[in-house]
Amino acid sequence: MVTALRPKSGQPRSYHFPEFHDETLPSGIRLVTATVTKLPVVTVLVVVDAGSTNDPPGKEGIAALTAGTILEGTERLDGAELTERFELLGTSIESGADWDSSFVKITTLSDRMEEATQLLGEVISNPVFPEREVERLKAERLAEILQLETEPRGLADEKFSEFLYQQDSRYSKPDEGSMESVSALSRKDVQEFFGTRYRAGATSVIVVGDISTENARALINRAFQNWLPGAAPDQPLVAKARSTRKSVHVVDKPDAPQSELRVGHVGLPRKHPDFFPALVMNAVLGGLFGSRINLNLREEHGYTYGASSFYDWRRGPGPFVVSTAVQSEVTAPALREIFSEIERIRVEKISEEELSLARDYLDGVFPIRYETTGAIASALATLVIYDLPEDYYDSYRKNIRGVSVDTVLGAAKSHLHPDELQTVVVGDARVIRDSVADLKVGDVHVHTP
Amino acid sequence: MRIPIETFHLDNGLLVTLSEDHTAPIAAVNLWYHVGSANEKAGKTGFAHLFEHMLFQGSAHVKSNEHFELIQRAGGTLNGSTWLERTNYFETVPSNELALALWLEADRMGDLLPAMTQEKLDNQRDVVKNERRWAVDNQPYGTMLEKMQELVFPPSHPFQHSLIGSMEDLSSASLADVAQFFATYYTPDNAVLSIAGDFDSAEARRVVSEYFGPIPRGRGKPPLPLMTLPPAFGSPLREVVHDNVSLPRLFMAFRSPVFGSDEYYAASVASAVLGMRKGSRLHRSLVRERQVAADAGAFTFDLAKGTDILVADVTARPETSPARLEEEVEREIDLIHREGVVDEEVNRAIALIETDLVASLQSAGERADRLSMFATYFGKPELINEQVDRYRVVTKRKVNALISERFGRDNRASLVYVPREGVESESVLAAAAGTG
Repeated sequence: MVTALRPKSGQPRSYHFPEFHDETLPSGIRLVTATVTKLPVVTVLVVVDAGSTNDPPGKEGIAALTAGTILEGTERLDGAELTERFELLGTSIESGADWDSSFVKITTLSDRMEEATQLLGEVISNPVFPEREVERLKAERLAEILQLETEPRGLADEKFSEFLYQQDSRYSKPDEGSMESVSALSRKDVQEFFGTRYRAGATSVIVVGDISTENARALINRAFQNWLPGAAPDQPLVAKARSTRKSVHVVDKPDAPQSELRVGHVGLPRKHPDFFPALVMNAVLGGLFGSRINLNLREEHGYTYGASSFYDWRRGPGPFVVSTAVQSEVTAPALREIFSEIERIRVEKISEEELSLARDYLDGVFPIRYETTGAIASALATLVIYDLPEDYYDSYRKNIRGVSVDTVLGAAKSHLHPDELQTVVVGDARVIRDSVADLKVGDVHVHTP
Repeated sequence: MRIPIETFHLDNGLLVTLSEDHTAPIAAVNLWYHVGSANEKAGKTGFAHLFEHMLFQGSAHVKSNEHFELIQRAGGTLNGSTWLERTNYFETVPSNELALALWLEADRMGDLLPAMTQEKLDNQRDVVKNERRWAVDNQPYGTMLEKMQELVFPPSHPFQHSLIGSMEDLSSASLADVAQFFATYYTPDNAVLSIAGDFDSAEARRVVSEYFGPIPRGRGKPPLPLMTLPPAFGSPLREVVHDNVSLPRLFMAFRSPVFGSDEYYAASVASAVLGMRKGSRLHRSLVRERQVAADAGAFTFDLAKGTDILVADVTARPETSPARLEEEVEREIDLIHREGVVDEEVNRAIALIETDLVASLQSAGERADRLSMFATYFGKPELINEQVDRYRVVTKRKVNALISERFGRDNRASLVYVPREGVESESVLAAAAGTG
């Protein structure tokens, strides 16, 4: 039989986040490089300070549309030709926008890196934004919006944001824009957004993989010559809660076998001084398989396949949210458990055992997060986008280990607000309405999607 | 590029593969059991997957959910997954915790049953039913896999029935079924253990022998029925699903050569020509040029027994009717079938596949999983190092031979999702169409 004796941990080997080099090139573009030689692979990630929060009011979706259309042609090559050139090199080029930045990314074998990077520079320095492709990508976005109507998870996320933030907050609207806003976007809007925000001083190129800093610098200097100087303008962000009173919004899906639940409130900005205590607090509450919310809803009650909570970290205060899908019949009891877990972590200290589970996990898993050039490049992009200190990754584990039972309680008391929780249920209103109203977690409003 | 590989057997039949890499203090443990939904008996659909859940409910020396807790406490990640032909379990841990991951896997392989209770089975049955609701029933196109299996495999073929299982069959699963399944399939001679990352091979051999060595060999498993099928369906197959979806979507499947065969690599390249990334035929033609589709792709199931399945997957634009969608895809397939592919398309596909293969091996978990896969299906973990070469020898001629044999009208199975009436409102459609 297998021995009953559990093995003890061995001596840990030291680990350092890959060394990186950070500089500003003559063009004004910031270059961050990390040499990682495990395999002959390189990732080049271009990050531009041009996120969805920079969409002008009424033009929601322009950051995403610009990032998409940037790949659709230069004066020399059209979109189909560009795609083919990249793919013949074995790389595919991806682009997109999130709340705080836009990105263009390639991962390539190192022996094709030079050609691929030259082409990448051409693509984002000289885009022509053909009318036809602008209209096509708009139509594809509209198709995606239609898809959401029958996709309960995406719909729940979107409705949660809508009910969470004030209507004049960019966060209240879908990051890639709504049917109305996207329909109204034009090629001129794309050109304007590009001209305003895609500036050398707003652009960082992150190169990670089997390449030296010297070679990366020479390549990027050559490939990214033609950039407008200067920085992108600052833009104020509204991120206020729509209501500070609890309320429940049921988005009716007759006959839905499950209810998609979102419960939360406006959270914290990424650069908050309580980032580490809040991170550990959330891990105990709902951030791990062994967290309170998952063990309660899944393992104890069998209500769900999984339940979790998270902070959606952004420059501004993104949502704090508990997210799960439960069998329709148990919607009310599941909500009761969620509310009670949020309350409990604010009033009682967590146990040392719970603390050590969360802390040891976040500390120990650190090296596993950075196995690939893509993951390291994303981590470096996080430094750039959120303006985090250079030693952020070197001090990350120390900061995690510094969190205590008391600072977790402090974070929970300061940053969880049970009286302000907004609840969104995408599910069968007929089945769940009365029992959810009986919970008294806010007035119940029923909507059709 | 080659990764180092060592292979050995324990006396009880466990096949072990090791691949050292000391670039980071990380080690991945990966176990494949050669059992999947194909091994389920009639009336027991979904059992292999439910059983996978039970493997996290404790074993002789591990409490319920403690497996998860111990690994996460050690700073590791873990999970398991079930497929038609296999079930896998995996952990990636800081390398000084490798022994813990191995011990946990050995404890549940050696001694699962003392921890099994009716209460745990009932609870996990509820969890799995909710997984079904979440991933299948309440998700647009979520029934694709089970509808596809039903359409493309003949009745009573081991790949024909649902992997996640029916609610009725899940309800009827018993503790006796758990015990029997465990004794039959969760034996060292029906498993492969792979370790990749930062460890010393000699020490790993010692620990593996200590933990897994005492587990007795199995008594053999019932053979699967004959799974071989003719290379084509014979005549076109078609099923229309009226479902709660917003856009029509067509999955067109072809029988294709089994995973690992020479012809498989030609099929895989054909699939990439057809639907890998935005330079592929379907994307270029249907999404970019003709603008009848919102999205298009293609993939293979990678089945190593009987026959593989290659699937083209095209989602319509809102203004494209299901009938038009089918016509357009048929036209593309007819075209490639009639005229074949050109060199550039083959080069593009192979270049993309090669980059993906190399990039994926950056992660210890991926290395270990692929070692297990090649060891389980073919007894040869070293095939991991031959993949790039096997793709590189695929020529236009081979791809065209494959296409000519497999993409004809006698080998197409169309699964068409059509929005149920009332799902789309006219105003929404008009808004979308007006800007297209």
